[in-house]
Amino acid sequence: MTTNPVSEWATDFDVLDPAYVKDPFPIWDQLRSSCPIAHTTRRGRTWLPTRYEDVNSIAHDIAHFSSSDVGVIPFQPPDGEEIDESEDPLEYGLPPISADPPLHTWTRRLILPWFSHRRVSSYIPMTRSICEMLLSRFSSSGHADAAVDYAQQIPVRVIAHILGVPEEMSDTFTGWVRDVLEFAENPEKRSDTNGALVQFFLDQLELRKKEPGDDLISSLLQTEIEGEPVGDGIILGMLVLLLIAGVDTTWSSIGSSLWHLATNPEDRKRLVTEPEIMPLAIEELLRAYSPVTMARVVTEDVKYQGCPMQAGDKVLLSFSAANRDPEAFEEPETVDLGRKHNRHLAFGAGIHRCAGSNLARMELQVAVEEWLKVIPEFRLSNPDEVTWAGGQVRGPRILPVKF
Amino acid sequence: MRIRVNPDKCQGHSRCIGLAPDLFDVDDYGLSSVKVDIVPEHLKQAARLAVDNCPEYAIEIVEE
Ligand code: HEM
Ligand code: SF4
Repeated sequence: MTTNPVSEWATDFDVLDPAYVKDPFPIWDQLRSSCPIAHTTRRGRTWLPTRYEDVNSIAHDIAHFSSSDVGVIPFQPPDGEEIDESEDPLEYGLPPISADPPLHTWTRRLILPWFSHRRVSSYIPMTRSICEMLLSRFSSSGHADAAVDYAQQIPVRVIAHILGVPEEMSDTFTGWVRDVLEFAENPEKRSDTNGALVQFFLDQLELRKKEPGDDLISSLLQTEIEGEPVGDGIILGMLVLLLIAGVDTTWSSIGSSLWHLATNPEDRKRLVTEPEIMPLAIEELLRAYSPVTMARVVTEDVKYQGCPMQAGDKVLLSFSAANRDPEAFEEPETVDLGRKHNRHLAFGAGIHRCAGSNLARMELQVAVEEWLKVIPEFRLSNPDEVTWAGGQVRGPRILPVKF
Repeated sequence: MRIRVNPDKCQGHSRCIGLAPDLFDVDDYGLSSVKVDIVPEHLKQAARLAVDNCPEYAIEIVEE
């Protein structure tokens, strides 16, 4: 689908406009100072708040803003196909992300312990060895695609390990996730992929029922809620979510961070010579290049900051735009790897705060550390070759570097 | 100095334990708690850093 280029961002924005995908920062700045909650009717009535305060308060106002449809690009079934909801194996959606309380509350509690601060420390050695293995493939060649050969390869392997599914499936998983999130405008692709993903996990469920292992899938199958098993439909939704939510997002963050270091030699040197600032630097890179935008559905007509929102309208929560708001961050356009005041919203806020945030942070830090250990000096091979994906998740997709 | 975590606000971002592991404990579900009664002198700065980075404004300074 080709769309008309945008000329009026305040009243007719489009998050898939090439200008927005490539460089959204000046657009958010302009909106924040003129019309901080933009509007569009492309793909349905949709609002786009750009101030930290608005994004934060809407994320907390779950009564007026439901998570029943969090997709930034609405799903339209391929021409001529009807969706029969009663036949849909994902009848419960993808809890907890697509759920409101009460379903949200208990499904979230089931997965949190797998991604707790403590549990995530135990995944560090595994993550480090994945990074070392990937680096050893290209470190002596003098060049690599930091997105395709490195960033893209890490999170998918880590989550495969936690779910207990074969790591050799990585490329297939990566393809599925991109079909769902990045090629969301192509209904055939999205629909075929949903089918393949669901079938894969249905098979995995059967496998684990016969031979339970020491992994997340087996544990969910053995869990009882008030004496009843969780139910395959809900488990299926949670598994599909964990794959989709943990892969594109984290690889985008790793890729953007390497892009920043490739284009800012002084920051790269600083990380090499002052490794103790790494934790602050990671938060700053998450703030400055926050990958995720989520949607909410307005539950009843409401006037929000003067905007007449109607029941059924969508609101796009661009955590990335919020994190560039000068009201909330001093000099937000400056990437300051030692930034001390940094209440960034890269992982959202309120009850849907990213359940995988401990894991994501760890992966990002380990990926950057391992890269710098082996390749402390590198730069873009050719800035014109770099491409970015946008929409729900923003990050570099082709990132050739030389060293 | 005394600090506390407001359990109604905390959403488990774990920024506090990352910045000040000697002051906070975060349970399996992400709920943070302060593990010292009085913040030792050498950790006061770390405590302030945690306060300033909690996205939910959940950490309060009860007594300077
Ligand atoms: C840098 C990487 C990541 C970023 C920026 C990110 C960002 C986010 C954001 C903004 C939300 C909130 C959604 C909302 O408010 O509707 C979210 C939710 C979620 N994320 Fe992440 N995420 C990342 C990595 C991960 C990883 C590695 C996992 C786990 C494998 C994960 C699992 C989840 C889950 C399960 C939810 C739903 C939580 C709920 O609805 O209660 N994410 N993520
Ligand atoms: S940073 Fe704030 S919200 Fe996060 S765990 Fe600590 S106290 Fe809770």
